[in-house]
Amino acid sequence: MNNTNVIQAEGLTKMFGDFTAVNAITFEVKKGEIFGFLGANGAGKTTAIKMLIGISNPTSGQAHVAGFDVSTQAEDIKKNIGYMSQKFALYDDLTVKENITFFGGIYGLTKIKIKEKTKELIEDLGLEEVANQLVGSLPLGWKQKISFSVALLHEPKIVFLDEPTGGVDPITRRQFWEMIYRASHQGTTIFVTTHYMDEAEYCDRVSIMVNGKIEALDTPKELKKQFQVDSMNDVFLKLARG
Amino acid sequence: MLPIIFVLPLLQLVILSNAATFEVKNIKFAYIDNDRSSSSRALIEKFEASTYFNVLSNFPSEALASSAMLKGEVDVVLEIPSHFERNLQKEKRANLGITINAIDGAAAGVENVYVTQIIQSYNKHIKTDLMQISDAQIKPVNIDTIPLFWYNETLNYKTYMVPGILVLLVTMITLFLAGMNIVREKEIGTLEQINVTPIKKSQFIIGKLFPFWIIGMGLLTIGLLLARLIFDVPMVGSLLLMYGYTSIYILVILGMGLFISNFTDTQQQAMFIAWFFMVIFILMSGLFTPIESMPEWAQILTEFNPIKYFVEVMRMVMLKGSGLMDILPQLIKTIVYALIMNGLAVWSYKKTS
Amino acid sequence: MKRFIGFITKEFYHIFRDRRSLFILFGMPIVQILLFGFAITNEINNVDIAILDHSKDATTKEIINKISASKYFSIKQLIEREDDIEAVFKKGKVKAVLNFEKDFSKNLVKDHKATVQIITDATDPNTANTISNYVSSILQKYQQEQNKAITINYIIVPQPRMVYNPELKSVYMFVPGVMTIILMLVSAMMTSISITREKELGTMEILLVSPIKPFQVIIGKVFPYIFLSIINAIVIVLLSIFIFKMPVQGSLFLLGLESVLFIISALALGILISTISATQQTAMMISLMGLMLPVILLSGFIFPISSMPLPLQIISNAIPAKWFIIILKGIMLKGVGLQFIWKETLILLGMTVFFIGLSVKKYKIRLE
Repeated sequence: MNNTNVIQAEGLTKMFGDFTAVNAITFEVKKGEIFGFLGANGAGKTTAIKMLIGISNPTSGQAHVAGFDVSTQAEDIKKNIGYMSQKFALYDDLTVKENITFFGGIYGLTKIKIKEKTKELIEDLGLEEVANQLVGSLPLGWKQKISFSVALLHEPKIVFLDEPTGGVDPITRRQFWEMIYRASHQGTTIFVTTHYMDEAEYCDRVSIMVNGKIEALDTPKELKKQFQVDSMNDVFLKLARG
Repeated sequence: MLPIIFVLPLLQLVILSNAATFEVKNIKFAYIDNDRSSSSRALIEKFEASTYFNVLSNFPSEALASSAMLKGEVDVVLEIPSHFERNLQKEKRANLGITINAIDGAAAGVENVYVTQIIQSYNKHIKTDLMQISDAQIKPVNIDTIPLFWYNETLNYKTYMVPGILVLLVTMITLFLAGMNIVREKEIGTLEQINVTPIKKSQFIIGKLFPFWIIGMGLLTIGLLLARLIFDVPMVGSLLLMYGYTSIYILVILGMGLFISNFTDTQQQAMFIAWFFMVIFILMSGLFTPIESMPEWAQILTEFNPIKYFVEVMRMVMLKGSGLMDILPQLIKTIVYALIMNGLAVWSYKKTS
Repeated sequence: MKRFIGFITKEFYHIFRDRRSLFILFGMPIVQILLFGFAITNEINNVDIAILDHSKDATTKEIINKISASKYFSIKQLIEREDDIEAVFKKGKVKAVLNFEKDFSKNLVKDHKATVQIITDATDPNTANTISNYVSSILQKYQQEQNKAITINYIIVPQPRMVYNPELKSVYMFVPGVMTIILMLVSAMMTSISITREKELGTMEILLVSPIKPFQVIIGKVFPYIFLSIINAIVIVLLSIFIFKMPVQGSLFLLGLESVLFIISALALGILISTISATQQTAMMISLMGLMLPVILLSGFIFPISSMPLPLQIISNAIPAKWFIIILKGIMLKGVGLQFIWKETLILLGMTVFFIGLSVKKYKIRLE
């Protein structure tokens, strides 16, 4: 296995009965890369992510994440990844600090480390005034940023973001991508799904999934050239209609 | 969800109507016969002949009998003292020890009545056997009591319980579904979306609650059919009246559900509060225990219990054929209740959103 | 372990932040015990009856006076015609009508025999039967007084002894039942809802992706409820001892152990429910319809199991609450030790192991 590849999937397949949700996808993600995993709703993105993060067993094929096999070493994978779902799941009835403490705790961070991280995170996001407020009372955009920071709390090698920017305003989205860049500069690999095609332009490389298959995989620039269009949006439209 | 809404409750109706009985039958009966005379045997035979008692065994000693009672193997122990027959013949008087497990006080009372009845009939029997003709010169007066049981001659307990349990199911399902539904929207966040649409709040509420009203009426219909087909419970009164009253009653319950949902943030909370009031309302409704037996203050409290009215109306109309004039007090109170409850619900809905 | 403690802390935050549920969690047992102790009873008291007296002579007046003097009855109205009986019953207040025949006194003197009908509204068969019995016994007593002159030979004197509950208080019967229901409610229903809540909100997914083990998640979720259940059980026992003077005859230690066993079996049921339901609403419906109602009705809490039809008696054996109630009554009221209830304890233990096994198996399947 190539050392610079932190994710490597070969013929990864998931079937639900007769329905093939993910159809033999093969790709790799390099260390430190921002990898965009695109596709329309229902194309199989979430199912694929679930296999990579070890909560769903592949029907066939194999994949390695952070050097561990998803079918047999799911527990080792969990220690090395961060995950943020579409629902930015934080506990509404816990305060910002309590949420951070809790998630730090289940990843086995020490008390001192948690304190340190909490302070750092609150300063970074400018949350001093709301640190002791219930998360439920915060605007969506804030929850989303906190949620991302919580996913990075234990300094994972790879962070999986499943449609992290759904339902928030363009300014917040912009800020959110800045956070992603910062994490990427610090060496974290980012695996992000989205259906906003403008966000695809920010990625180092993108794959486009249609009906369970990866139909295209390259840098945004190469893809635009290949399909002879000006934007990722047009690339996507061509593929989806294709 | 739909099978849960319809199948489970109806299954419950069938099971619970059979289970909910205060009849005391199959009493586990044991005896200690220290006399072993023909008189004592005759007395025991009387118990064996009774359909209420399952005569288990003869215990050689009291210690064994009381251990069996501790284990819960017997409910009633009859102890016939030695010299029972001799005392009866010589002194014309004999004692009998009866021990009853009284944890269930009500059942113990009934068991005592049954035991006493059997002993009394045995008494009469030996009286005629042993009494000499000369004793009977003065004729005793005799008041003949004829018990008549109207509306339920066979004293079938199911006839009484089925309408009550039907009330329970209609109420519980509609209350929980309505209450939870709106909190669910709150929790998921769709309520906010609806609040920004041009739909009027009253329209929204009616639109939300109407399906549950239909479900409630549907449950009533299926329940009435089952009552008829499976339990052979008559529908003496007017079906129209039954449906008319129920349609108003469900409004009370829906209003209550909405009211609860306005004051709660999570489904868990809503369910919990609904359950809390439900239990109190059910216990105080006369469904299982008669309201007349309650102390004065408790009886006054039941006036605020809508379930009480529905239980009364259901039983009155179904079993006795009471008409509109008979149930008018209940009907009026229910209408007032519906107005107040829905008024409160709409008011609190406007306030909270 | 550290992860685990953090998890439990968070769970307690959930519980204590939700003031309304907390209030009900602790208010419910108190209200229920008080209701059962003071208000709910099967005894007949002050039943409204009506009189239809065709004779209106000295004897009937005397009998009517005797009846109205009894604490069981209050005479609501006097009616004149047979036709009125129906109307009176349909109104619903009056439960019985005494119908004295014409020339009651005269017949009694002349023929030594007179007739009175006790017409009861038997829509409630139990009450009707009891009323009927009570009226007859009042009449019988009256008759005996009239016959005093005649000595009656040969009497058997039954000496009933009501053991375990000499005053026939209904609260003795209900305390074990209420305790069972509350423990079931807190343990099974609350946990099942609290777990499905995490599923519905999406936090369960996050937990599963973290290195914390699934069984740790489950144990962390149920642990606070064990704690709450135990507090509730203690409150109920204290209430019954101090307010209703209900003695706890047996060992408190044994009572505690048995309660913990029952709590665990209820928690296992709660987990099982949460594995088969995707939403809180479904979990709640299943707990309510599938657990609470059978527990209330088939456990012997209110209705005696021995009077039920055979199939239901058989089904009742599958309900853990039935065995727990037997155990509770044994320890609290009869004062027995383990030697008398080991069978019930063993059955409960077996069920608990079974439920835990089943929920572990189901839980694993869900993660595939």
